Amino acid sequence: MSTNSDNLHGREAVDLLKSHISTGNARPVLQEIHAALEALLATGTTSTIDLGAIPFGPGDERLLDEVLGKGELSATLDVLGTSHVEETGIPGVWRIDHFDQNGETLSRFVEVTFLPEILKTQRADAEAGLARLAIRLEEHDSRTH
Amino acid sequence: MADKPLLPDLMKAHGISRRGFLKYCATLTSAMALPPMLAPKVAHALETTARPSVIWLSFQECTGCTEAITRSHAPTIEDLIFNVISLDYHHTLQAASGDAAEHAREQAMKDNWGNYLVVVDGSIPIGNPGYSTIAGISNLDMLKETAEGAAAIVAVGTCAAYGGIPHADPNPTGAVSVSDIITDKPIINVPGCPPIPIVMTSVLAQFLTFGLESIEVDKLGRPKAFFGETIHDRCYRRPFYDKGLFAEGFDDEGAREGWCLYKLGCKGPTTRSVCATVKWNNGTSFPIQAGHGCLGCTEPDFWDNGGFYKPLSVPAGEYRKLGLAAVAGGAALGVAGGAVGRANKARAARAHETVDAHDLEKKT
Amino acid sequence: MNNPYFDLLMWARGPGFDIALTILIGGILLRVVEIVVLGRKKDLAKPKGSPVSQGIKTIFTRSVPRKGMMKDAPVTYIGGYVFHIGFFIAFFFLGAHIALVDDLIGLNWPAANKALIETAAAASVIALLALAWTRVKDPVRRALTRFDDWLVLVLSGLPLVTGYVAVNQIFGDPTLMMAVHILSAELLMIAFPFTKLMHAVTFAMARYYNGSIQGRKGAES
Repeated sequence: MSTNSDNLHGREAVDLLKSHISTGNARPVLQEIHAALEALLATGTTSTIDLGAIPFGPGDERLLDEVLGKGELSATLDVLGTSHVEETGIPGVWRIDHFDQNGETLSRFVEVTFLPEILKTQRADAEAGLARLAIRLEEHDSRTH
Repeated sequence: MADKPLLPDLMKAHGISRRGFLKYCATLTSAMALPPMLAPKVAHALETTARPSVIWLSFQECTGCTEAITRSHAPTIEDLIFNVISLDYHHTLQAASGDAAEHAREQAMKDNWGNYLVVVDGSIPIGNPGYSTIAGISNLDMLKETAEGAAAIVAVGTCAAYGGIPHADPNPTGAVSVSDIITDKPIINVPGCPPIPIVMTSVLAQFLTFGLESIEVDKLGRPKAFFGETIHDRCYRRPFYDKGLFAEGFDDEGAREGWCLYKLGCKGPTTRSVCATVKWNNGTSFPIQAGHGCLGCTEPDFWDNGGFYKPLSVPAGEYRKLGLAAVAGGAALGVAGGAVGRANKARAARAHETVDAHDLEKKT
Repeated sequence: MNNPYFDLLMWARGPGFDIALTILIGGILLRVVEIVVLGRKKDLAKPKGSPVSQGIKTIFTRSVPRKGMMKDAPVTYIGGYVFHIGFFIAFFFLGAHIALVDDLIGLNWPAANKALIETAAAASVIALLALAWTRVKDPVRRALTRFDDWLVLVLSGLPLVTGYVAVNQIFGDPTLMMAVHILSAELLMIAFPFTKLMHAVTFAMARYYNGSIQGRKGAES
């Protein structure tokens, strides 16, 4: 990146510069994640850290991504806009980013858990699904007969 | 209120899954500056509380607050209107007009007496009630009448909260704030000119999901969650202030380097707001980031607090004329004092008697 | 609805400052002009040395302790230096104060960083406490000390302490503490011409006068 950074101009150069702006908040957040993961393993307590609740610059984001790394699992939810749920390179530590229908960020979280709640099928949805399945089967049956 | 369906039922009716509801609650919790662990409580509140009726009154205002709140991105005004509240009267946003609009207000008051929420933007002129009227009703009368059956009032914008620009010297309309008139109802002030959109929606959302008791306010009636710290405390330019690096003009080297704007009159050190962290336009920027000092718009009388471009440490009065007068007056008094001293000295010299050892011996 | 703290700050920046500045400038002029007008009897004797050069020299040499004095009264000398230099740095190198001077007389210079200013302010306050301690401890000084001296000591320390509190928001509302800081400085301004604080102006006149008498007699001062 540093090799071609000299050739960047205008907006791109500004964006590159911006990606290094740091508030120094990434380190304490990483420490918090560390403590949360210890708690998860010791007592099974899950925790959620709201990245929107603290000043967090692009440079902090960069450090967070660098330390946590990419993991094995990544899911995209299509619900009221999209949501990205990704396990980081540290199993048990998840990134959850919610976006609205226009792709604007709604909220960003780090969840320390074995499985984020939002990935699980919700009981109410399953109940609705059961009803829907019954209707579809009926329709199917009436069509084939 | 029984005929108003609860949010999860509404969502279900619109084909939105439970996951969508969870996502909505997580985002709402974050927007309300609450710890993420409270998301299930937010969900529970939304599941069990009926959407309360809200009556929005606009008095002496510029519609800037309404313009701003429609730009809130999380929760959006649509979220609030469709999911959390029942906005029964807002003369800028509602489709009905004239008599029909006023009837909507009266009906909402009648149906929800004692339980509805009143949101006010704009100050109230008491110099002459005719300065500002809606449907022939003066602002003062409408506020008193509507407030009577309200559970609580949210004063949105510095005009409603503290009198704002209409209240600025010489205050030709005799403009006052909501709390200057209504004293027997809980009032939450959400000042700003305009307030940060998501601060407005978040305060409303928190009020509606967790109730009045959940909102801790300061001495000026502002929620501490959003008005607890000064902008200076959280400003990304603060390190330059600490290093003693200041922009001296809007186009000098320091301004280009992004140095502190204190000397250009920034009111960040005495202004409480989350502008520096929450920012504006979906978190894009805020005035100081755009290169202009803070005007202090969340504070009472910000318009009359000594000039927008004068640093806080610089005197705001008529000291130059007085200083010159002091030079002349001090010098004149000094000459007079010196003359008196000289006269005393001369008199003492005249009265001086020489004394020798014999005289002293005689005396003793 | 008003914020009483803002009203206080605006009073401190407005009428309060006007009053303090008028008294400070008027008072200094009153006293200096009075001293000059009072004059001295003309010395008709032929000078044996150079009164002017000795007078000017003395203005500076009296800032250096005389031989042996540093050992006799270390707290007075070291405390005195630390207080004066610290107060000078804290006053003249904080950005907010430079903005004030700039507004008053149009002069501007670079500001120092927070660490330097706060170290200087803290050292000044410690020096003041040490000086106060010697006033209590030393019987001669205790006998010489009057109300005026304690007043001046407290008035010089207050702006340093309140300024530190206001900038770092140690306690109190930031607006209130800023108002309190400005008011404390205004008290110092008002007291200045009528207390021993006036030495900051008259020291040069007094030293020149003493030096020139010696110079006239052909002595080193």
